[in-house]
Amino acid sequence: MKRRRTTIRDHHAENALFGRRVIFALFVVVTVFAVLLTNMYQLQVKQFETFQTRSNDNRIKLVPLAPNRGLIYDRNGKILAENRPVMSLELIPERVRDLEKTVQRLTRLLNITSQQLEQFERNRRRERRFEQVILLDQLSEQQAATFAARQHEFPGVSIEARLVRHYPYGDSLTHALGYVAKINQRDVQRLKEQGVNANYAATRTIGKLGVEAYYEEQLHGTVGYQQVEVDIHGRMLRTLEIEPPIPGQDLVLEIDIELQQQAQQILGEQRGTIIVMDPEDGGVLAMVSQPSYDPNWFAQGISVEQYRSLLDSRHSPLLNRATQGGYPPASTIKPQLAVVGLEEGIITRQSKVWDPGWFQIQGVNHKYRDWLSWGHGWVNVDTAIIESCDTFYYDLALKLGIDTISEHMYQYGFGEMTGIDIGEESAAVMPSRGWKRARFNQPWYAGETVSIGIGQSYWTVTPMQLAVATAVMVNHGERPVPRLLGAIRDAGIELPAVVEQREPVQLNNPEHWNVALDGMEKVVSSIKGTAHKAFRGAEYSSAGKTGTAQVRSIGQGEEYNAEEIAERYRDNAMYVGYAPVEDPEIVIVITAENVIGGGGSVAAPMARRLLDFYFAGKSNASKSNSETVTANAP
Amino acid sequence: MLLDHQRSSWLQRLHMDVPLLIALLITAAVSLITVYSASGESLAMTERQAVRVGAAFFAMFIIAQIPLDTVQRWSLPLFACGIVLLLAVLLVGESSKGAQRWLNIGVATIQPSELMKLAVPMTIAWFIAEQGIPPTLRRLAAAFILLMIPVLMIAKQPDLGTSLLIACSGIFVLFLAGMSWKLIGFFVVAVGSFAPVLWIFLMHDYQRQRVLTFLNPERDPLGAGYQIIQSKIAIGSGGVEGKGWLQGTQSQLEFLPERHTDFIFSVFSEEFGLIGVIALFLLYGFIIFRGMLIAMRAQRVYQKLLAGSLTLTFFVYVMVNVGMVSGLLPVVGVPLPLISYGGTSMVTLFAGFGLLMAIATNRRLIHA
Repeated sequence: MKRRRTTIRDHHAENALFGRRVIFALFVVVTVFAVLLTNMYQLQVKQFETFQTRSNDNRIKLVPLAPNRGLIYDRNGKILAENRPVMSLELIPERVRDLEKTVQRLTRLLNITSQQLEQFERNRRRERRFEQVILLDQLSEQQAATFAARQHEFPGVSIEARLVRHYPYGDSLTHALGYVAKINQRDVQRLKEQGVNANYAATRTIGKLGVEAYYEEQLHGTVGYQQVEVDIHGRMLRTLEIEPPIPGQDLVLEIDIELQQQAQQILGEQRGTIIVMDPEDGGVLAMVSQPSYDPNWFAQGISVEQYRSLLDSRHSPLLNRATQGGYPPASTIKPQLAVVGLEEGIITRQSKVWDPGWFQIQGVNHKYRDWLSWGHGWVNVDTAIIESCDTFYYDLALKLGIDTISEHMYQYGFGEMTGIDIGEESAAVMPSRGWKRARFNQPWYAGETVSIGIGQSYWTVTPMQLAVATAVMVNHGERPVPRLLGAIRDAGIELPAVVEQREPVQLNNPEHWNVALDGMEKVVSSIKGTAHKAFRGAEYSSAGKTGTAQVRSIGQGEEYNAEEIAERYRDNAMYVGYAPVEDPEIVIVITAENVIGGGGSVAAPMARRLLDFYFAGKSNASKSNSETVTANAP
Repeated sequence: MLLDHQRSSWLQRLHMDVPLLIALLITAAVSLITVYSASGESLAMTERQAVRVGAAFFAMFIIAQIPLDTVQRWSLPLFACGIVLLLAVLLVGESSKGAQRWLNIGVATIQPSELMKLAVPMTIAWFIAEQGIPPTLRRLAAAFILLMIPVLMIAKQPDLGTSLLIACSGIFVLFLAGMSWKLIGFFVVAVGSFAPVLWIFLMHDYQRQRVLTFLNPERDPLGAGYQIIQSKIAIGSGGVEGKGWLQGTQSQLEFLPERHTDFIFSVFSEEFGLIGVIALFLLYGFIIFRGMLIAMRAQRVYQKLLAGSLTLTFFVYVMVNVGMVSGLLPVVGVPLPLISYGGTSMVTLFAGFGLLMAIATNRRLIHA
């Protein structure tokens, strides 16, 4: 009753009250929408550009594209370093659901070895989770096919084709060509310092040694960029823009790969070096250092075992003996010493020295022995070169004095890097009083000067220095910088390498060159010459100088017997030479370590085989040329 | 005469309010278009959403047919039923994402809090209408206690967003019933002073994180703040005209999380720009005004209060979601009503519109 009355009484009041409240509520609703809309205006109009930029930053990624590395050819256009497509199995850890299980299944499916798994684990720890990690390098075709058929079972795993550097001549050219290998932390540091880090954004390998390292800048090329749209997972959806990479420049080397291979074959198992160089412009036709190793190991990713075997080898295969090996020059530098003696007026072409088979400094008991124990008798400068008389040079050296000798020898390039276009080079040692003081804090002894006369004592040279010093003689003073690079090929245009010359050796009497050169010619042609036997019957003319270096000093009155002493104390055999005599095309340097025999019996025959090959190749080439001509003739 | 015309409409006889129905149909179309884009052009998901929308319209239609006396009579029993289910959830409910919201009843899992979204305004409206408006202080106090029972139970699950929305639906009834401004002022102060208590004692850690991140999204750009930052980038980069349908890079490239559910408004804003946003706001505004008009025209206090509360709660949904994705409010996990992909809330929402339809057409039938 009461309720009913209230309802009737308040009906209008209720409607009015409710109406007021609704209007208030609608006012709030409108206000709130106004606030929301104002905020939307702020975001979509006022801050539009900021958010547009951030939206683009989200979706657009710059993906660097690696340039193709320039190829390397020999002087005849044979390819020495190429890029081969290699398929590898790669995975992105982040996208693989169960990494351990996936790897296990792949191991079973593709017969992945435990070493490869170890390597993968190492790589994986290095890379970030969303980056590709190589699981299996160089898939065989069968492996690739097996995986491709079941790819859908392995999300996050894919086959990627990459270009991998390949050296078709393997260990024949390693020390000249060098190799590329994976960019490491130190490389990154260096690239940063050079400010070229960005150019390597997509590059995986870098030249580490030899020509590959020296001409890295030319070979590498310029990185390209691809603007791609990516989703939140970094998946590339489409390419928006592309700036293609510029491939590296091709190199044409002075190397003649056939001559190089022949030189390697001549040395065989023998530790040592062979250099063939054009004396005029320093072009290196062959540069062998044995033992060698396969650079493809490094290019494809060397295993720890392989690397250790190279490091631990007693024969130091990693050492480039041609430019880093410090050999006592022994008698090979006698022609240069003769020129110095003539120039300094110590000797004349006619002056003679009596060689009883030994030499003594006045007032000292010690006997410096000649290699010919009964002596050469009276010798002049000619016979001293031809027969490689030691006593003559003991006497000459002592009269010149160490500092005069080194002054002159510096001019031939001894004790200084030749400047060849690879990074691995040593200056070796051209000793002097000052050098000995600095090095050992000891005075120089006259006896040491005597030994310098036959290229022993502290004096060491690299075979490349010998090649340069020989070229200086041949050139009558011109001193070329040895050079592996013949030309750079860029977009079809061949740019010849710059030929460099160092300060030439100038003689007061240029006739003195001919004294030394005549001597060297007679080493080969004279019946008494130390290389005569080796070159008997050669169809070409050549000149040279043998050398036999003691690796261990022999005590007074002790007999040297190669067969009896330890292999690594045996003598080194050396040979320097040039050919043809009239208009020298090449100089050659041969060193053979720890041999039974000496320069005349071991190194000179090697030089003979090399020159035979060189001239046979040339006559074949000219023969085939003339054949073509006759074929064209009526 | 006007009434005669209306009586001749077959839709009128089916208890459908034509303007509201048209607005809802347009919104449903917008939902399908946006879900298709936000799901990465997934036809399957769009179809599922279409089926849900169909089911929701069907539910609305069925509920609109129920006589309002029956609705009023069943308010309290429904509420009681809801309380029992909430109790069951707290005791044997299923957890998901650290919250116990679901109840497995053998054939399906249900979310009793959804039921309460309707049962609470119905019951409070019923309770107030018993006495007439404005309510006495005693009845207000009793209604408030009645309201707090389900609100606290849902907050305990914990589902802060839903519990706040349900609290709102009850408070709107009390507000529309004419609770005095003094009392409202007192409550505002009381809630304000309650905030620190809430912060220290009642909030879960993840809820505190949300608030902190809301206050400064860049605090955690890769974690909790990521959503807000990416959402703002999506909205802002849409500009005035938008990037075009299916062209929103933020959503299509999956930078935007929850893009077809809670953050669908960002997708919409990115692709349709400020122009699209204004159109959508007008659509929502129309629905709200229509709802309030229905409430004004309703004959009985119960109907007025219920219609008004349902409409204002719908408004709060829109406000919270839009405010949340555009960085004005903390992320509380409220979907954009009628547009977001998802089933349960959609059905509840349409059931509410069914009640509105019933109220709208009931008045006219009486007049006829």
